[in-house]
Amino acid sequence: MTKTGKKNAVKTTAQKIYIGLIFLFLYAPILTLILLSFNASRVRTKWGGFSFKWYVSLFGNREIMQALWNTLFIAFVASLAAAVIGTAACIAVNRMTRKKRAVVMGITNIPMLNADIVTGISLMLLFISFGFKFGLGTILLSHITFCIPYVMLCVMPRIRQVDASVYEAAMDLGASPLRAFFKVVFPDILPGVLSGYLMAFTMSLDDFIITHFTKGAGVDTLSTKIYTEVKKGIKPEMYALSTIIFLTVLLLLFLVNRPPKEKIDKQNI
Amino acid sequence: MKKELIHLLDISKSFDGELVLDELDLSIHENEFLTLLGPSGCGKTTTLRILGGFVTPDKGRVVFDGQDITTLPPNKRQLNTVFQKYALFTHMNIAENIAFGLKIKNKSQSYIEDKIKYALKLVNLEGYEKRMPDSLSGGQQQRIAIARAIVNEPKVLLLDEPLGALDLKLRQDMQYELIRLKNELGITFIYVTHDQEEALTMSDTIVVMNQGYIQQIGTPETIYNEPENAFVADFIGDSNIIDALMIEDKLVSILGMKFACVDTGFGKNKPVDVVIRPEDVELVEPGDGTIQGVVSHLIFKGVHYEMEVMANGFEWLVHSTQMFPVGTNVGIRVNPFNIQIMNKPESEDEEAAAIEE
Amino acid sequence: MKNKKRTGQLLSAPYLVWAAIFILVPLGMVFYYGLTDKTGAFTIANVAAIMGAEHAKALWLSIGLSVVSTLICFLLAYPLAMILANMNVNQHSFIVLVFILPMWMNFLLRTLAWQTLLEKNGVLNQILGFFHLPPLNLINTPAAIILGMVYNFLPFMVLPIYNALVKIDPSVVNAARDLGANGIQTFLKITFPLTIPGIISGITMVFVPALTTFVISKLLGGSKILLIGNVIEEEFTQAGNWHLGSGLSIVLMIFIIFNMVISAIFDKNGEGSML
Repeated sequence: MTKTGKKNAVKTTAQKIYIGLIFLFLYAPILTLILLSFNASRVRTKWGGFSFKWYVSLFGNREIMQALWNTLFIAFVASLAAAVIGTAACIAVNRMTRKKRAVVMGITNIPMLNADIVTGISLMLLFISFGFKFGLGTILLSHITFCIPYVMLCVMPRIRQVDASVYEAAMDLGASPLRAFFKVVFPDILPGVLSGYLMAFTMSLDDFIITHFTKGAGVDTLSTKIYTEVKKGIKPEMYALSTIIFLTVLLLLFLVNRPPKEKIDKQNI
Repeated sequence: MKKELIHLLDISKSFDGELVLDELDLSIHENEFLTLLGPSGCGKTTTLRILGGFVTPDKGRVVFDGQDITTLPPNKRQLNTVFQKYALFTHMNIAENIAFGLKIKNKSQSYIEDKIKYALKLVNLEGYEKRMPDSLSGGQQQRIAIARAIVNEPKVLLLDEPLGALDLKLRQDMQYELIRLKNELGITFIYVTHDQEEALTMSDTIVVMNQGYIQQIGTPETIYNEPENAFVADFIGDSNIIDALMIEDKLVSILGMKFACVDTGFGKNKPVDVVIRPEDVELVEPGDGTIQGVVSHLIFKGVHYEMEVMANGFEWLVHSTQMFPVGTNVGIRVNPFNIQIMNKPESEDEEAAAIEE
Repeated sequence: MKNKKRTGQLLSAPYLVWAAIFILVPLGMVFYYGLTDKTGAFTIANVAAIMGAEHAKALWLSIGLSVVSTLICFLLAYPLAMILANMNVNQHSFIVLVFILPMWMNFLLRTLAWQTLLEKNGVLNQILGFFHLPPLNLINTPAAIILGMVYNFLPFMVLPIYNALVKIDPSVVNAARDLGANGIQTFLKITFPLTIPGIISGITMVFVPALTTFVISKLLGGSKILLIGNVIEEEFTQAGNWHLGSGLSIVLMIFIIFNMVISAIFDKNGEGSML
């Protein structure tokens, strides 16, 4: 017994070290960026002491603030539009015959499975050929396009789970189809829609490649702004901004996840 | 008495500080169909998992054929399990599923093929070798799970609520099938269920469990006819369980009326529980009964009528082939042999015997 | 019935139109440009250009680096997914979050941060120096690109494998043990085969972006290392030869389609999904 106990202890320690190393690998660059945001030196290779000055100058930097605004606006609108179109599509696709559904889902998954660079250039060719004016609009259309599959990925399993008889029962009890949907079906799939929305938002926010090919001159998101700065050197304000965004998300997640944790603690006591 | 095959010695087990088994002691014999019966959370599945080697007890020993196997891993035990939800390997076809244990033991190809044929014949699924588990019905999957276990020629087959997911008709068919299988194989079956009817139909021995304690061990007849406490009486079949007073040997006061009975040795003026099966309550002319009452409910059940009779503040459940309309005044009579007297719980472990309200 | 059908059409119409305009037509354009020359005449020269020494070199390098990083991702991810799946964390979403969380810090910045960590006087070499170990010259090498790929795409390998693992019914594993298999046999014959859909999906999700990236190579590989992604990107943004760029993209898509077909064969029921 003690022998196996010891073996288990070694095993769990090894597992913990392994997880620790992987997370160090995943989060080391993030820690680096957070540290750089407090670096008084403008050069990233030199530590010039602790400073908040980039956080102050960030808000005076109109270019960065404009890029931030563009990024958030695009992410918000694109994921919202994707959530609406994607959810409606899920409901419709779910009613289709097997064959039809396979074809539509196959097409849907193209932007997710295809290389971003190909999606980017294909949209760029489309916009050029049909005379679209490159700018926020083209970025938005592109983002909606690649966000929809993520929404459908999250909503589809939920829709399949919804018991068709629940919907029929609601209509049997006198609800109109629309009312039956919003009262009975929608609450069931809402978690899927929300996680799809969140996923789409994240993907839109983090996208560089597709934006790179579909943006117009003079319109920048944070990603494309950073890309153009790579050669000249990244403005430290960028580190400050991304630190703010990251910590805000972390805080939000912490707040959302806190209540169940407290319960567990109480139970342990 | 047959030879003892397995002995569980004072087994205790807790999960997260909650005691699931408390010093359980049980002996299982060769070629026995033993059923662990009880409500969910009674410890029956944990007992089975300890036998299978999936759970190590905190205290106590498992002795198998004279050998202590308490800490032996499942793959080294001479028993096989049929799991609740079949647990077939979905990425293998039926033949590969059945061959799994034999391949591990490096049996020859021809031996394996013979065994697959034999096992499929035994469970009436000949010709299913190349099918995938997903393409089979629940009942068929369950048969394959049994076939997969028995080809390894275990001395004991553990069955964890194997019929739970099947519909009623299929369940009844499978009950007969299991009895047949057990007789053909001549090995010990340890069967876990919460279904009392299943237990009564198939078992040689029933172990009734509640809250980690064994309530009663006996043949189906003993368990049904002579429950040792109110829990067993309540759990097995329908019954009238009434607070009563043992006046003296062979005389008990039920609801203020004196009934003759056959039990002795309870002492004088001692509070007891009395169990009377609904089919043992005889309804007679009001003057002829020991107690008078009024029929309050009546339902036709097919083989009999189910009635409720209000008498002296207690609602008696009665099964009878004779019908008395609601409102009829009736007398109640009980044959002394059909009155089962039980001690009220006294010690802590007997409290588990109480009926949960 | 008729009414039901109309609602279905009403619901699917916006999406079907959208998918046609923004998914199918653009792909058609890539094929159109890739298979024509500037005069609009049909040619396979743009696709055949992949045989040219420089393009072939870039393609082979891309394939090499992406195969290696996919392999490393798999080797790192499988044990990790197993540990996570065994941890009994019933907060499935928490695990997913931990891997998606880094995406909230910009992908380019995160990759750039590796410059700081890897360069000559970077953090990694300072740590190595502290332990009196020889410094590693990683930045602007293919190794740095592999590291960047592994770093960026590791979550895409972990999540599908993790999901495949948690979906395995514990009683199936118990059944294998019960039938006499030891721990290793159970893993090889039961656990691993049951996670193959997850593995295939993970491989697809790492291999495709790794094969086609131009950003990671640009940020961590310096200007000398050209991957096929860099070549295509330059054709569109600098050289302005869309026909050639499209032709090379078609070559890329052949690889991607091949990859998708394989994953479709192994993952018929969509079991290897990320969520």
